[in-house]
Amino acid sequence: MAHGPAKGFTRWLYTTNHKDIGSMYLWFSFAMFLLGGVFALVIRAELFEPGLQIVEPELFNQMTTMHGLVMVFGAVMPAFVGLANWMIPMMLGAPDMALPRMNNWSFWILPFAFAMMTSTLFMEGGAPNFGWTFYAPLSTTYAPPSVTFFIFAVHIMGASSIMGAINIIATIMNMRAPGMTYMKMPLFVWTWFITAYLLIAVMPVLAGVVTMMLFDIHFGTSFFDAAGGGDPVLFQHVFWFFGHPEVYIMILPAFGIVSAIIPTFARKPLFGYSSMVYATASIAFLSFVVWAHHMFTVGMPLAGELAFMYMTMLIAVPTGVKVFNWVTTMFKGSMTFETPMLFSIAFVILFSIGGFSGLMLAIAPADFQYHDTYFVVAHFHYVLVPGAIFSITAGVYYWLPKWCGNMYNETMGKTHFWTAFIGLNLTFFPMHFAGLSGMPRRIPDYNMMFADWNMISSVGAFLFGAAQILFLFNVIATIRGGKKATDEVWENPEGLEWTVASPAPYHTFSKPPQVS
Amino acid sequence: MSSNQDNAVEHEEYYVPEQSKLPIFASIGLFLTVWGAANWLNGNANGPMYFFGGSLMFAFVLWNWFSIVISENIQGLNSPQLKKSYVIGMAWFIFSEVMFFAAFFGALFYVRSLAGPWLAGEGEQGLGNDILWPGYEHEWPVMTTPDMAANGDSATMRGPEQNMSNPGLANWLGWLPFWNTAILLTSSVTCHIAHGALKKDNRRQFNLWLGLTVLLGIGFIILQIEEYVHAYNEMGLTLESGIYGATFFLLTGFHGAHVTLGTFMLLVMLLRSVLKGHFKSSDHFGFESASWYWHFVDVVWVGLFLYVYVFG
Repeated sequence: MAHGPAKGFTRWLYTTNHKDIGSMYLWFSFAMFLLGGVFALVIRAELFEPGLQIVEPELFNQMTTMHGLVMVFGAVMPAFVGLANWMIPMMLGAPDMALPRMNNWSFWILPFAFAMMTSTLFMEGGAPNFGWTFYAPLSTTYAPPSVTFFIFAVHIMGASSIMGAINIIATIMNMRAPGMTYMKMPLFVWTWFITAYLLIAVMPVLAGVVTMMLFDIHFGTSFFDAAGGGDPVLFQHVFWFFGHPEVYIMILPAFGIVSAIIPTFARKPLFGYSSMVYATASIAFLSFVVWAHHMFTVGMPLAGELAFMYMTMLIAVPTGVKVFNWVTTMFKGSMTFETPMLFSIAFVILFSIGGFSGLMLAIAPADFQYHDTYFVVAHFHYVLVPGAIFSITAGVYYWLPKWCGNMYNETMGKTHFWTAFIGLNLTFFPMHFAGLSGMPRRIPDYNMMFADWNMISSVGAFLFGAAQILFLFNVIATIRGGKKATDEVWENPEGLEWTVASPAPYHTFSKPPQVS
Repeated sequence: MSSNQDNAVEHEEYYVPEQSKLPIFASIGLFLTVWGAANWLNGNANGPMYFFGGSLMFAFVLWNWFSIVISENIQGLNSPQLKKSYVIGMAWFIFSEVMFFAAFFGALFYVRSLAGPWLAGEGEQGLGNDILWPGYEHEWPVMTTPDMAANGDSATMRGPEQNMSNPGLANWLGWLPFWNTAILLTSSVTCHIAHGALKKDNRRQFNLWLGLTVLLGIGFIILQIEEYVHAYNEMGLTLESGIYGATFFLLTGFHGAHVTLGTFMLLVMLLRSVLKGHFKSSDHFGFESASWYWHFVDVVWVGLFLYVYVFG
């Protein structure tokens, strides 16, 4: 196991190395991020002004659907798995992931799944057009034939996620270096540990709900058809039982990344480590009992509305603990503002804005006004873009020197940050106002009164898109050359990953370190 | 100090295979299988070809994958720590299977206890009954669907006395699901006895009890097929006969598929023991994981028996 990587292209096909697999996940995720971004820009171009200019409504619906699906399952989730692959073994002092071959299988399913999903765009009847939440009966009775391909793509990417999660759990439970007790693990490892449990618990439920769809469409069952005694609302319950934990699958690892970066650049240890662990666990637990807050207007019994409203608002408590801890970590620290820190601070502020609009949406009577408007779109983009995407970006800048041995270009990094920061706020902040004044989501044309907000959003979206090209350029330039990074990279960062050379050798910790 | 060093040695021996062709070919096989299935369902003529070709390829890769893992273990490459990774992996895989069934049980409870009564006009949620489904009354099993009630059609399903539900304790001996329950519970016991024999290195007893478990598994599958044939041919209970048929066939069908897989796993373990002399009292995780899987399908059946049959 002493030697380096195999030669040639088959290295990537046959690899069992967690670093190779992590890199493949990250590149795949970035490719999907660009693809999903192109779909988003088609949407924003159409919405630049009222009226129908660029795409037909049919294609518009396919774009909103594919944008959501590609970003959630193709960009955000694989990026976090990529970071987990690279960092968890190094953070724990393990030689590799616990089940290295299954690790590679988890990755290689994804390109096939997304090739299948994307190919639906070229099929008769077009791609899925029922929104990423694929509510029945839009996704069953009224779906295009390509829905069958969508269902099987979801099945196999779910299998990939479950295997990835099992691998992460086995690694964390079984591969910690001597002395690395659970409460000494970095928070990125902790948040992923909890995320992996969420994945194992809900991806099978997603498989269940698409299986019911498959049988309703092709075998005449009536799960989601009231005529046969079923109920379309049943779809929403099963879907959101998966869907709400899924939302936290896309944010808990982000908490872990930010909890690694802020202490480094505030030059203070993380405030409240154990409360961070317990808060993460509480958020994960609560995520299983709040799903129907996505369905307040569907016609639930009053008791249900109230229960789901209060449970949802309860989530603000552990989330507040986290934000408090990040702010307190920075308090009186000797802070510097390198690119990863800029992205992390923006994460704390903008994610909190997304959290607050979430609280507004949690209030059931008020939600009747906000439901299915751009206010909801603004809310979840504020938690996903400066939440998930910014934390992933911060993590890449933070660990890239360790991965490839070179420092990235700081000026270009900061330019990337400010362009992305301005771009995303221009895009999503006006959506709050458009939504509050009544603009519905998922429409290709709109009333004149929303024109100004939409024009600003569209300009911001293209700016945000341009920023990502800069990111790509910076990463490639860093991999190809640049100033050599030291082994520590930053000033006294905490964690085992900084004790190995930069770039990290192909095999690290073949002999485990002793953690005191 | 010495325990730390022991630990270090253990870690150093963690076996990481250099490179492997298995994952990429497993991915291709899996992809062709689902690509073929989707094409087939959408009526494309080349669908079955991709489906069967992909399935064969997938099965071939899995066969090789398991052979390689078994031979690694026989060569002594697997440290105790690596073996623990397999244990953790199998345990959480079974948990994911539990959650898959939970989705279908959840659907069953929701339509039975909430959606059904609302369709029949109960409470605030039932306001649409007069307009949408006049005449629909909720009963479980749903014999007359809302659509039939609104059109004045009579049920195509026979019953309720002839459906799958509990015929009353006195008649259990003539009730197939009761016998299936008895078979499956017995098979869990025989599987456990086989495990005990293996722990004592009693190969003859192990093969005997494991063989009996496999036979019971096959018996269960035969009876389940018999029940489906009866449901389709004589009772008019099909996938298309409304929500009762949907929940009944998907719950029991996925369970049956898992029993089939579990029986196959146990059969492979039996053949490994009889033909190759695999498994020792100290080293038999292959069998152990198959037996865990078997106990899991047994537990799911108990849930089915209670909620689909007895209180159905």
